[in-house]
Amino acid sequence: MLLEIRDLTQRFDATTVLDRLELLTGDIQALVLVGPSGGGKSTLLRILAGLDLPVAGSVAFEGVPLPRDEPELRAYRRTVGTVFQAYNLFPHLSAIDNLVLPLVHVHGLTHVEALERVREPLERFQLMPHAAKRPAELSGGQKQRIAILRALVVRPHRLFLDEPTSALDPEMTAEVLDMIAELKAAGTQFVLVTHEMRFARRVADEVAFIGAARVLAHGPPEEIFDGCAEPRVRGFFDRILA
Amino acid sequence: MSRRFAHLVVIAAVFGLVSLAFARVNYAWNWAGVWEYRAKFLQGWLTTVGLSLAALVVSTLIGGIAAFCLQSKNPLVEAVGRVYVELIRGTPLLVQLLIGFYVIASAIGLENRYLCGVLVLSLFSGAYMAEIFRGGLAAIPATQRDAARAIGLSPWQSLRLVILPQAVRLVLPAVAGQFVSLVKDSSLLSVIAISELTLNAQEVNSFTYSTLESYLPLAAGYLLLTLPLSALSRWLESRFRYEA
Repeated sequence: MLLEIRDLTQRFDATTVLDRLELLTGDIQALVLVGPSGGGKSTLLRILAGLDLPVAGSVAFEGVPLPRDEPELRAYRRTVGTVFQAYNLFPHLSAIDNLVLPLVHVHGLTHVEALERVREPLERFQLMPHAAKRPAELSGGQKQRIAILRALVVRPHRLFLDEPTSALDPEMTAEVLDMIAELKAAGTQFVLVTHEMRFARRVADEVAFIGAARVLAHGPPEEIFDGCAEPRVRGFFDRILA
Repeated sequence: MSRRFAHLVVIAAVFGLVSLAFARVNYAWNWAGVWEYRAKFLQGWLTTVGLSLAALVVSTLIGGIAAFCLQSKNPLVEAVGRVYVELIRGTPLLVQLLIGFYVIASAIGLENRYLCGVLVLSLFSGAYMAEIFRGGLAAIPATQRDAARAIGLSPWQSLRLVILPQAVRLVLPAVAGQFVSLVKDSSLLSVIAISELTLNAQEVNSFTYSTLESYLPLAAGYLLLTLPLSALSRWLESRFRYEA
C-alpha cells in the first residue's frame, strides 16, 4: 500500500480539523495512526475510507486518486472495508446475516454462495458457534470480530479500522487485537487508528502521529515511539505512558 | 394470578359497576325495537370496516411521504411537510370534513362522498403518522447509516435493508395506537352523511327513541375492530423484538 496525501484540508463549520495535511508512505502493509483525541485521526480515516469528502487536497492509494463525487466514492467503498469503534453491526440481523448482506446486496453473490464464502472465516476465528446470534446476544469483542469479518469477506483491497477496541474492556481488546495481528500475518493491508501503543508498535510498518490537524511525526514505529524529536509527540507519550 | 385471569377479573368488575349504575337509574330497556334494525347495524359496521381499512392504507402512504418531507434538506419540501402536519393536527377533524366535502370536493367536482370521506380521514390520520414515522427514522443512530454506507449500500438499499426494518419495530406501538384512533375517528364521517356505523346508530335511535340500546351496540361495534388491532400490534411487537 502506497499512500500519498497532499494538502488535505477538512473543515466542519468554522473548525479546521485537518489543515493542509501531508503524508507519503513507503510501500507498506500496515499504517497506524496515533495521537491525541480531537487531533484529526478519525477524520482522516473517514476520508481514506471514502466516507467523507475533504474540503481540499488529494489522497491517492497506489497512485490512484480517490474519487471526488458520491457515486464513484460508493464504488470505491465497495473495494475497501471499514470498521468503526462500535455499533457496526445491524441489530435486526444475526451475525451471519450481517456477513451475508453486503455479499448478496453489494457484491452480487447468491445467498448460497455467500453462506459458503463466510463459513471458513467464521470457523477460522472460532465464531461459528455465535453465527446465528443477534448482536445483542454477542459480547463486545465478538461483535467487533464479526464486524471485522464483515469488512473482510468481501475481499477488500485494504481495511480501515477506526479505534476498533476503544469501547472494549481489556480482555475483549486482546481478542480483537489478536485477530488484527493474525490478519497482518496473513498479508492483509490496513490503516488502523488506535490508542493501544504497544500494539501499534508491534503491528505497524509505519506510524503517523496526527495532532493539531497535521502529521506531527511519521516513520517506523521505533523512530516515533523511542526517538522522536518533536516535543508535542514526546509530551504526548510521556503523559500517556507515565 | 395469571395475566388472562386478571384481565377477566377487571372486565367483570367494570361490567358489574356499569350494570349497577344502569340498575339505579331504572332505565326502561327496549331491545326489541332496536333488534328490528340489526341489519342496519351490520351494514353500517361493514361500511366502517371498509372505510377504516381504506383510510389505514392511504394514511400510511401519506404519512410515509410526509415523513420524508419533514426530514428533507430542501427547505421548501420541509415546509410543505411541516405546514401540512401542523395545520391538520391543529384543527378539528369535523371542520376538515365539512370544508373537504362541501368546499374542496364540490370545487373539484368530486361527488363520491365515500371517496372524499376516506381522503379527508387519511389526510387527518396521515399527519399523525408522519410525526410517528419521522420520530422512528430519527431514532436510528447515525452510526447505522455510516455502517450501511461503509459496506457500499446505496441510499435506497440502506433505507430498505438497514433503516426501515429497525424503524418499523420502533414505531409499531405508536402506529397501532394511531390505527385505533383512526377507526374511532371514522365515526365523524356521519356528518357528511356517510352511512357508516355511527350514522346508522343515530338513525335507529331516531326511529325507536331508544338511545342507549342504539349506542351500546355502537360502542361494541368499535371495540370489535379496535381490540383485534391492539392484539395484532402486540403480536407484531413480539415478532420484531431483537434486543436481549
